[in-house]
Amino acid sequence: MSDPTRDSFHTTPLYDLHLELGGRLVPFAGYSMPVQYEGVVAEHNHTRSAASLFDVSHMGIVELRGDAEHVGSELEKVLPSAIKTLKPGRQRYSFLTNARGGVIDDLMITRTNVDPGAPYVAVLNASRKHVDIDHLRANLESVEIVYRDDLALIALQGPRAVEVLARLNPAVAETKFMDVVVVELDGLECAVSRSGYTGEDGCEITVAGDEAEHLARVLLAMPEVRPAGLGARDTLRLEAGLCLYGHELTEDVTPVEADLVWAMQKRRREEGGFIGADIIQAQLANGVGRVRVGLRPTGRRPVRDGSILTDADAESAGIVTSGGFGPTIDAPVAMGLVRSDLAEIGTTLDADVRGRTEQVIVTELPFVQQRYAR
Amino acid sequence: MFPSRVWLWQMAALLVPARGNVKGMNTPDDVRYSRDHEWIRFDAGGTHARIGITDYAQDALGDVVFVDLPETGREVEVNESFAEVESTKSVSDIYAPLSGVIVEVNSTLDDAPETLNEDPYGEGWICVLEVAADVDQSELMSAAEYAEFTEG
Repeated sequence: MSDPTRDSFHTTPLYDLHLELGGRLVPFAGYSMPVQYEGVVAEHNHTRSAASLFDVSHMGIVELRGDAEHVGSELEKVLPSAIKTLKPGRQRYSFLTNARGGVIDDLMITRTNVDPGAPYVAVLNASRKHVDIDHLRANLESVEIVYRDDLALIALQGPRAVEVLARLNPAVAETKFMDVVVVELDGLECAVSRSGYTGEDGCEITVAGDEAEHLARVLLAMPEVRPAGLGARDTLRLEAGLCLYGHELTEDVTPVEADLVWAMQKRRREEGGFIGADIIQAQLANGVGRVRVGLRPTGRRPVRDGSILTDADAESAGIVTSGGFGPTIDAPVAMGLVRSDLAEIGTTLDADVRGRTEQVIVTELPFVQQRYAR
Repeated sequence: MFPSRVWLWQMAALLVPARGNVKGMNTPDDVRYSRDHEWIRFDAGGTHARIGITDYAQDALGDVVFVDLPETGREVEVNESFAEVESTKSVSDIYAPLSGVIVEVNSTLDDAPETLNEDPYGEGWICVLEVAADVDQSELMSAAEYAEFTEG
C-alpha cells in the first residue's frame, strides 16, 4: 500500500478498485487518478478495437435547476452555443467564455428529459470545476446551481461499448451520438449519454457514487472490457483532434482561434448575447491571427506541448499545445496554435524540442477518423 | 536515469508504482547495476560493457516510444547524459555508468523502441562502451544490492 497520493488528494468512488486492478495513481487536478493499468499503448489499442472503462468521476457534474425555458435563456448568456433549443434527451459540446472571448472551460451540457427540476446538467473539467461554478453563480440569475459530488462518472469507450451496455439494457442500443437516456443497468439507475472523448463510439454513465464500483465490476466482467487510465484517454483524444483544457484551450484562446466555430450555432454567432460576443463576432468577421492545427513530426521523436514553432525564415510561428506518440497512427502527433498564414495543410515548420530542431507538417485533423454513431 | 521530466498534463506527476510491483521485478545475476537504473554486462576481457535500462526502469517509464541513441565514437565521462529514453509519459536521460568510448549502438531501437519494454536485458540493450581494463566499478551494484536498492 505505497500510495503517497492517498492522503493529500481527493479520491473517486473507484479508488480502491483502481488499486486492486494494479492502476498506477498520479496526482491529477487534485485527485489521485490512474494514469495506466497494463500500459498506455495497450489500453489505447484496446479502446480502438473493443471497449475500455475509464473513471472520469473527478469531473464536475452540476445541475442547473429552475424553469427549463428560463435556465436555457440564462445559460445562453455564458455559453455561445444554442442551449434553449436543445431538445430534451440531447447533449451538446460547449464552453464558458470570458469578456476577452477566451475560454474559461469546455464542457458538455445536457437537456435532461426526466428530472423536471433540473432541466440542464453540465459536466465540467476537474481542474476548472470550482472556477466554473463561481462563474455560473456570478452570471446566472435565478438558477439554482447544485454540484453533485455524490455522483460518479464512468466512460465506456470503443466500438464494442454499446453492445456491452445493450446486454444490460437494450435501450442503450437505440441511442445516437449525443443522446442521453436514463436507464437501469444491473438494477442501478443511470444516466447514459452516447458520447465520450476518445473519438470512438461509446457512452458516459452517471451513477450514484456508492453504486459506481458495483457497476464498474459488472462492466469489467464483460469479456470485451478492460480498464484504461488517463494516459490512454490523452493519446486517444489527441489522435481524435479534440481539445484539452489547459493545452489547446485557455482563458487567452478564443473558440475561433481553437477552430471550434462549429460548436457556436449560427443563431448564436449572429445574435451574440454571450460574454465576449463582441470579440468573437469581430474575429468571425475579420479573421484571427492564429489558429489551432494538427501537426505531424516527420521524425520519430515526439514533439511535446510548449515546443516553440518557427517558419522557414526562422520567424515565430506559434507553439505546440499537445503532443505525444499516437499508437494508432504509430507515429508522433501534435496540435498547436500557429500563425494563420502558416495554417495551410502541408506547411512545414520547425519545432524546438529541448534545443533540437524537429520538422513538423501542418496536417488535417483528426489524425484518426472519429467513429461516432450519428 | 529516471523520469527526469514528466509532463503529462499540467501537473508534474511522479509515477507511483502499484503496490507489490517492485518485488516482481526481474534482476538477473549476470549484470551489474547503477543507481540510475542501468544494467552493465562486461565481456570476458572486461573492456567492453553492454548497457541497457533495468526492468524496474522500463516498468516505471511505461511504453517507450523513442530512443535518442548516441553516436559511435563518442567519448563519455561517468554520469554524463549520453542518451534519452522517451515513453508515452516522460523523457529520461541515460547517464553513463562508466567512462569510456561508445563503440556500438542498438540501431534497431530506432524502429522498435518498444524492445526496451519487451526485453530490457536482451534485445533492448542500448549501446556498448569500450572501457579501460581498470575502469572504476566501485559505484556499481550486484543484483542483490540493486534489488534491495529498488525496494528501499
